[in-house]
Amino acid sequence: MSSNTLAKAAPSAAGPPATTTGETQPRIVRRPRTGQWLAAAVVLALLAIAANSVIRNKAFQWDVVADYFTSASILRGLGLTLWLTALVMALGFALGTLLAVMRLSANPVLRTVSWGYVWLFRSMPILVQLLFWFNIGALYPHILGVRTVDLFGPVTVAVIGLTLHEAAYAAEVVRGGILSVDRGQIEAAQALGLGRIRRWRRIILPQAMRSILPPAGNMLIGTLKGTSIVSVIAVQDLLYSAQLVYHRTYQVIPLLLVATVWYVVVTSLLSVGQFYVERHYARGSERTR
Amino acid sequence: MSTPMVDVKAVHKSFGTLEVLRGIDLEVRAGEVTVVLGPSGSGKSTLLRTINHLEKVDSGWISVDGALVGYRSSGDKLYELREREVLKQRTQIGFVFQNFNLFPHLTVLENIAEAPLSALGRPRKETLDNARRLLDRVGLADKADAYPKQLSGGQQQRVAIARALALEPKLLLFDEPTSALDPELVGEVLDVIKDLALQGTTMIVVTHEIGFAREVADTVVFMDEGRIVEQGAPGDVLDAPRHERTKAFLSKVL
Repeated sequence: MSSNTLAKAAPSAAGPPATTTGETQPRIVRRPRTGQWLAAAVVLALLAIAANSVIRNKAFQWDVVADYFTSASILRGLGLTLWLTALVMALGFALGTLLAVMRLSANPVLRTVSWGYVWLFRSMPILVQLLFWFNIGALYPHILGVRTVDLFGPVTVAVIGLTLHEAAYAAEVVRGGILSVDRGQIEAAQALGLGRIRRWRRIILPQAMRSILPPAGNMLIGTLKGTSIVSVIAVQDLLYSAQLVYHRTYQVIPLLLVATVWYVVVTSLLSVGQFYVERHYARGSERTR
Repeated sequence: MSTPMVDVKAVHKSFGTLEVLRGIDLEVRAGEVTVVLGPSGSGKSTLLRTINHLEKVDSGWISVDGALVGYRSSGDKLYELREREVLKQRTQIGFVFQNFNLFPHLTVLENIAEAPLSALGRPRKETLDNARRLLDRVGLADKADAYPKQLSGGQQQRVAIARALALEPKLLLFDEPTSALDPELVGEVLDVIKDLALQGTTMIVVTHEIGFAREVADTVVFMDEGRIVEQGAPGDVLDAPRHERTKAFLSKVL
């Protein structure tokens, strides 16, 4: 190719466009996105096949799902799952915050005890812990003159076990949040003469919340579903209530679907709630205004 | 002469094996502006931070308006004060940071009102009125409800000054107040500090702004390697320095 032909092919070359002299600007033509269209078509086709099989396959028994979805025993189970989740989150984060503050204190004994707690309770599977508390009577048959088995019913064991487990993780989440607050914030508060409690409540924790909330939202949703593990000690939560029904009727799949759909519904509501709580604590930050 | 507003005597301070302050003696009289100059690492910020007890001294002592900072003396011993008493002392010493350290989750007005409300227990209405007056004084009356991140660096530092003033301190400490600012914003902050100087506020200012030192300072202190090398009127220290270290430093920054 000679340099002469190159110059004649000017409109398609890498030089400046030829038509800039007049009023009209050159129009931008989008490169065809063939690959994107193809990928979307394949994914949609796979989805359609999956949806078709779920709707057409009679074994899903969606009519049975509908029948049991709002039955009294399922709703009672859902209720227990909800308050157990709320209680475990509240107690777990209260204890976790205490542990995080201990871990960051100047006192080496408090620091070590907090570290040891997190080490121990993160090491122990929650299932093992629940079974352990369930059988605590073997270690201490009587506590303060009362028979231990009377004190530690299945629900009490569930609350204790889940809370102690939750607190270990919450401690790390809260500690991460506190560490994310700029050291200068604490110094400014000290320089202004703000007392220790005021510094924590008004300056440090509200700012730490921004880093705490996303993992805490994860933990909340994890706990909601994680409470289903208490079915092994016969606590009648959402999953165990569904299991009680299918042990009687053998409609295993539809009742597991009942539980699943409820978990999805509650998780969705919690995600929406998380959005608004995060927005509240993001006030004053440039990225979200 | 009367007792100085700030009296620093034989102060030593180390971080690990690094001796940052190696015997500092300094007096600041009420109503005077002292500007501390020196290369980075010379200990000037640490000195400022020991004056409101953000850093504890290893030896020596500091008093502000006749009261020992952070300690109570009895016989030949100095006893550490409780945190509450230290916090109370700090309310009389305003501190302005290089990075402003405004509380980002509170509005400008809440930033200024926070300490008078919670540390001094002042009534709310009076405090908020006073906060608005202070904002007006630093030229930001219309920014009361803004959040700090919505302001420029210069505006944030002016809010930080208003926040320090809200406690009506006897003494103001400035730790490189313009070092984190874009060059075109330095002037507005220095103007506010000059204005305070004219009104007779006692101040110690750590800065690299030689022009500001010349214009506003009653005393210029030059520090290097944890010691005060020389001090005196700005005309003497800046124009006729006696020590080689001072000359070398000034020749670089002027």
